[in-house]
Amino acid sequence: MREGEFRDPSGCAISGVIDRSGRRMSGACMIDSIATMHDRSNGLGGGFAGYGIYPEFKDYYAFHLFYDDVISKKKTEDFIQRHFDIAFQSAIPTRETKGIGDAPILFRYFVLPDARKLESRELDEEEYVVRCVNRINTEIRGAFVFSCGKNMGIFKAVGYPEDVGRFYRLDEYEGYAWTCHGRYPTNTPGWWGGAHPFGLLDYSIVHNGEISSYDANRRYIEMFGYKCNLQTDTEVITYIVDYLRRKQKLTLQEVAKVIAASFWSTIERKPAEERAQEELLRKMFPSLLITGPFSIIFGYTGGLMALNDRLKLRSMVVAERGDRAYIASEECAIRVIEPELDYVRAPRGGEPVIFELYGGVR
Amino acid sequence: MDPLFIYPEYEVVRDYDRCISCRVCERQCANEVHRFDERANRMLADSTKCVNCHRCVCVCPTHALKIVKSDDTYKRNANWECGTINEVYRQAGTGGVLLSSMGNPKPYPVYWDKLLVNASQVTNPSIDPLREPMETRVYLGKKTVKIERDEKGRIKDNMSPQLTLSTPIMFSAMSYGSISYNAHESLARAAEELGIYYNTGEGGLHRDFYRYGKNTIVQVASGRFGVFRGYLESTAAIEIKMGQGAKPGIGGHLPGAKITDEVSDTRMIPKGVDAISPAPHHDIYSIEDLRQLIFSLKEATAYKKPVIVKIAAVHNVAAIASGIARSGADIIAIDGYRGGTGAAPTRIRDNVGIPIELALASVDQRLREEGIRDNVSIVVGGSVRSSGDLVKAIALGADACYIGTAALLALGCHLCRTCHEGKCNWGIATQRPELVKRLNPDVGYRRLVNLVTAWTHELQEMMGGMGINSIEALRGNRLMLRGIGLTEKELSILGVRHAGE
Amino acid sequence: MKVVYVNEKWCLGCHLCEYECAFANSGETDIVRALKDRVIHPRIRVEDGDGVHFAVNCRHCSDALCVKSCIAGALSRDEHGTVVIDKNKCVGCFTCVTVCPYGAIMPGADGTAAQKCTLCTENAMGEPNCVRHCINNAIVFEDRG
Repeated sequence: MREGEFRDPSGCAISGVIDRSGRRMSGACMIDSIATMHDRSNGLGGGFAGYGIYPEFKDYYAFHLFYDDVISKKKTEDFIQRHFDIAFQSAIPTRETKGIGDAPILFRYFVLPDARKLESRELDEEEYVVRCVNRINTEIRGAFVFSCGKNMGIFKAVGYPEDVGRFYRLDEYEGYAWTCHGRYPTNTPGWWGGAHPFGLLDYSIVHNGEISSYDANRRYIEMFGYKCNLQTDTEVITYIVDYLRRKQKLTLQEVAKVIAASFWSTIERKPAEERAQEELLRKMFPSLLITGPFSIIFGYTGGLMALNDRLKLRSMVVAERGDRAYIASEECAIRVIEPELDYVRAPRGGEPVIFELYGGVR
Repeated sequence: MDPLFIYPEYEVVRDYDRCISCRVCERQCANEVHRFDERANRMLADSTKCVNCHRCVCVCPTHALKIVKSDDTYKRNANWECGTINEVYRQAGTGGVLLSSMGNPKPYPVYWDKLLVNASQVTNPSIDPLREPMETRVYLGKKTVKIERDEKGRIKDNMSPQLTLSTPIMFSAMSYGSISYNAHESLARAAEELGIYYNTGEGGLHRDFYRYGKNTIVQVASGRFGVFRGYLESTAAIEIKMGQGAKPGIGGHLPGAKITDEVSDTRMIPKGVDAISPAPHHDIYSIEDLRQLIFSLKEATAYKKPVIVKIAAVHNVAAIASGIARSGADIIAIDGYRGGTGAAPTRIRDNVGIPIELALASVDQRLREEGIRDNVSIVVGGSVRSSGDLVKAIALGADACYIGTAALLALGCHLCRTCHEGKCNWGIATQRPELVKRLNPDVGYRRLVNLVTAWTHELQEMMGGMGINSIEALRGNRLMLRGIGLTEKELSILGVRHAGE
Repeated sequence: MKVVYVNEKWCLGCHLCEYECAFANSGETDIVRALKDRVIHPRIRVEDGDGVHFAVNCRHCSDALCVKSCIAGALSRDEHGTVVIDKNKCVGCFTCVTVCPYGAIMPGADGTAAQKCTLCTENAMGEPNCVRHCINNAIVFEDRG
């Protein structure tokens, strides 16, 4: 069975790093970081997201695809050609790695929407891309777009995350921010698309937890055109953040106050203005409150946000050293790549911690 | 003389070893079942008058009384049950429509009892409501959101008016007239203390109860009884009653005997004359007419109060709800076929309408499919019997539940289902002063507060077990439910999987 | 002091208090054994008339006529303010019965001495039994100053 055919809660490890000066670092550090938390994964999925890794194609949407077979590849490429201009395409480079087997066909495309089609659809560019990606993922059997942002890429597979990193040769990429994920699903799927991070445009989410609000969130967000095909927490959280941030134009701080809202009793103790805003957000988006344990790292162009559930039922620490900021499930995963830290601390439940490039986003 | 004596369905049984002939039973029975026989020096009972309200059983100081199902029977017949035969006899004798009260008692499936609730094990933690906050606050009203910001970048509060409930329970509409002044006072005071709402029904609002306005929902029904400017302005929300679960498609009938001075004043109708609410609203023959009434009421109250539209759960309920959700209503209340009533034709009560569980599931799903679930909150009733039903209703998609029968039970009602006779021994469904005084609101309101408090605790326990610490994360969370013993079709309507899946 | 009050508005005239009083002062632990086939002599009486019901018992008056008029010194006020009667001193003249403006003192069962409500302080009930068993909270035990 694949993700999407059943509901699959998982426990996990997450880690992330950003260099706020924009200096790029190789993916090797993330491999070292996640390898330290080996015990938090069980070999059934791992993955990475890197930001700033495709500077030569930074204005193009980078599509990463899994194909089960050449037929689905042919169909998909026909579709992409009809809807996009392709600047470059190639197989995604990999190396033989023990522990990673049974790989699907891995391909990437750097594309821009077909200008005429885009105009005739009267959609903004991002919405056009999202809809095309959804069509590939739901309509073409055997094809799956698992990354579609600009100047960023997601790499994931079934296996331990450190093996996945080596398989994708991430030591050969350089990015200003990285996140990664080691998966401990309570079921035994064998599908690469089910691994994390989950991405939408340049948004990526790695998540450790099992949210108890899942179906309330899913049934709500699906009203706005999203389809939770994978039935994973990460997918629904990504859509929620996308909806609130891209469509409702909330700030990340506000997004955090919706999905990990303060308790009413806490809100009542806040200064009047803050109280009014938080009350309003809870009244406006009650169905997007996420309950149950989660720790997430939300990656986007120019920044990372760390967020825990409102009760802090999953471990997560943040740390800084100079320009670099770190987020991980466990402190050891940070210390292993940066032993000397300016500080390390555990954010409170529901407290968003945002690290962005000094030059700002985009 | 009619030779067809109908043996009483229930018999009063007295334990003469325990009876001390104190005559409390006699004084407390408005149906005059009990009497003291001076010559025999003992109490006697006439079971033919007994409605099985259990008042005497409850007040007997020595517990010498019980009511048992009679074992008198016609020749057994799986098709023609005794009750069915007796109803034919009654109608042959009178030529009248059979009347009944309270909810449909027939053995139709109760879907609440075929749904099971989830709990956390290992992969995520359950939450202890005694140690952690467990939020049950609910806002009812339109949630359609358009983010606008002021010059400082703050989000503007442009939301439609909302009702705030401390817990997702409200007392459903029961009119003054169908129930007593003291019952209304109990409901109003309990709603105020609990931070929830009670509903006037279509009987107007007694002048003494305007002080509970912020916890009151007033009803505008087809008879328009008691509706005037002060009534609409006094309240937190206005409910347009299109239908009632116990008697979909028909109006109401309050017998003249119940129209006392006070009821007459409150309803603004003549004393002693039957009060008839028409079956439809004669200004609403279609959905666009409903829209006009909704906006008339909003105009009348300066768009400051949410408008609820209450409908009975009927076959096409999802499409009807979809229409209402587009008509400007803020809240849809759906009343299932088990909902109570002070009087309804028996055949209507027992044969018309559909279960609230199925109606709720299909309405919630339809509104989501159409992307208009945020247009309205959904409140369901008829019948929510326990916090278990409440949890399941919310997980199916309800924002809150109306409780009527359960609230009356808290006040002492024993579901004898003879409200329509107006001789309620518990002081609830009566206007006779000597009976009304049997319900002391100091006692009644406390029992209502206790009931809702207890249910809320249980709701919190179950939420905590599921690892959910706020009610909004339970709403529509159908993965928290599993069906048991249901067909594929039933599961698909309810939108839940079977236990074990 | 806390005294038994009756709220006429809620008194239903069921007379249950009379039986509960008789039981409380019977010395029995079983109500059937206490009251079955007995004529009761309760210290609280329900007055009925034309839709009005009112249970009456001792008010424990601050200036109690019964105490003043008792020729044998049997009636007195204890340290809590409760008006009590010492049956061993009572000579059965029933002056108290005639002077009580409420009719709250009456001859006891055997007719030799008067009896009155002493707030169930002389029996094992703990709190006034009429209060505990009133089905409509019409009888209450309160300190109204």
